Amino acid sequence: MTTPLWRERASIPVRALKGVVIAAIIAVMVYPFVYVVLASFGTNNSFKRFGLVPSEFSFEAYGSILSGGVVTRALFVSIGITLVGTALSVFLTATLAYGLSRTREVPGTRAVLYLVLVTMFFAAGIIPTYLLVKGLGLIDSYWSLILPSLVSAFNMVVMRNFFMRLPKELLDAARIDGAGEWQTFLRIVLPLSKAVIAVIALFYAVAYWNSFFNAILYLNDATKWPIQLVLNQYVLQGASLSQIQNPEAPQPPAEAVQMAVVVLSTLPIVIVYPFLQRYFSKGVLTGAVKG
Amino acid sequence: MLLKRSARHLRQPTQQPTRPRPGTGLAGRMWRERDMYAFVLPGFLFFVVFAYLPLLGNIAAFQDYSPFLGFGGSTWVGLDNFAAMFTDPAVWDALRNTLVISVLQIVFAFPAPIALALLLNSLISERVKRIMQTIVYLPHFLSWVIVIAIWQAVVGGAGPLADLLAKLGAGHVNVMANPDTFPILVTSQVIWKDVGWGTVIFFAAISAIPPELYESAAADGAGAWRRIWHITLPGLIPVTLLLLILRLGSVLTVGFEQILLQQPAVGAEASQVLDTFVYFRGVVGGDWGLATAAGLLKGIVGTVLIVAANRLAKRSGAEGLF
Repeated sequence: MTTPLWRERASIPVRALKGVVIAAIIAVMVYPFVYVVLASFGTNNSFKRFGLVPSEFSFEAYGSILSGGVVTRALFVSIGITLVGTALSVFLTATLAYGLSRTREVPGTRAVLYLVLVTMFFAAGIIPTYLLVKGLGLIDSYWSLILPSLVSAFNMVVMRNFFMRLPKELLDAARIDGAGEWQTFLRIVLPLSKAVIAVIALFYAVAYWNSFFNAILYLNDATKWPIQLVLNQYVLQGASLSQIQNPEAPQPPAEAVQMAVVVLSTLPIVIVYPFLQRYFSKGVLTGAVKG
Repeated sequence: MLLKRSARHLRQPTQQPTRPRPGTGLAGRMWRERDMYAFVLPGFLFFVVFAYLPLLGNIAAFQDYSPFLGFGGSTWVGLDNFAAMFTDPAVWDALRNTLVISVLQIVFAFPAPIALALLLNSLISERVKRIMQTIVYLPHFLSWVIVIAIWQAVVGGAGPLADLLAKLGAGHVNVMANPDTFPILVTSQVIWKDVGWGTVIFFAAISAIPPELYESAAADGAGAWRRIWHITLPGLIPVTLLLLILRLGSVLTVGFEQILLQQPAVGAEASQVLDTFVYFRGVVGGDWGLATAAGLLKGIVGTVLIVAANRLAKRSGAEGLF
């Protein structure tokens, strides 16, 4: 995009002011991450409070928490929940979005669409939802982290908008060829929708990875905790992780261990983030707003 | 390929239907589209079970609910739970905390993305703009546990900020555990996490403003500030109103996770909000009836507010939400 002629450069003081504000924003957003990462590599000798660069680096903290035990298990739980949950969520969201993509022709689907949309503006409340999950026998089951948040109405709307913008001729052609709706969906609609499926899958995956609310409500059994609950217990609430991990080995500093848990739980997000970012600026979100 | 084959198909003389075609009536149309209902069913079932069925659970608000007796076996108490709620000082404390935090967020966190969007939009360098966007969007995708763990590390009692303040002679300061400034802390965290993400929608609104407006304003001698004031800001009013309506609807909702996670550090007195109150009274404390009543009332107030705000926006000539 070329800069329009009327967008002249600002005067020097304004530019300087902008520069200062931008630098301050970068510092406030980036410094915490840098600090956490560096602290996770700290050793007992290197732990200097206000310095940025520790004098010596060590992987002890990572070794200690990845050698099996609470954190390792919680990471596996979170990975499992994220994979299973995302697959189910994407499938159900896509089928629902496709089923609701021709509200004109298919009687009754407009009513279903409204019933789904309305759920964006109310929630039944913490207690009734808890009682339902309990009534379904899902307490202390991994399904309690997946089922209550299986489909998001917002994601469904994004997908539906995408499906509705697919060229109609293509779908008609498939039907004339004798393809049933399922064949049309699997062979034509889904392959053409890879981009939107990728975005929605990433949104769901991030949500499952981050899930804390469901976990703290429905999982009493600490051996089933996902990483976010372990993070809360051992980093925020300050329970000692080093003791339960490996009592006889030499201990890396508690701060380093805590920061290593923070880094490990952030890592998957940071890895998928570039993929996410590529898509959402392309108007997936803005398309949904005016849906 | 598909098109070619279908064309050939069309040229063939129409075959006699082997069985009577379904009519054009409602039943016939539904039968013809029967496959589509199979697509709708599982997803719709999810919303019925996990969004609509729990609504019925709100009848616990009118019962002395006991999980062992269930909805059928628990005794009905009419509005007793509501009466008990209004005479419970803990409810009023939670309500006050909720409103203080909510108002702070509407005043400071709500306009923050608009300011940031204007700033980033005023940058001429596309590269700097893109780098800034990448940086400010990221925290939105982190969980509250991670965000608070990071804050705890940096500005908590053992972090570099406290260290610096101690060296400057301010004594031992831990902003993460100070009940007096808790609402400010919570608001700052919300801004840090979501200000960048909030700009997405304002960027979309800005890019929808016709560039000719800027061109002709510039030709008429309007400087950068005047163009922001007379073109960009008015262009952002509809989306701002829309978001404000939504925000007002959840004035009694402030981040459950965010606050629950920090409650042990600051104490319940400053940090108990309606949602955490419901959680502790109900799920933890077993006072199901009262907790449900509090949650139900909160939900109803939110719905009323959102409808009222929407009507107000429409009356003032704006587009509104529905």
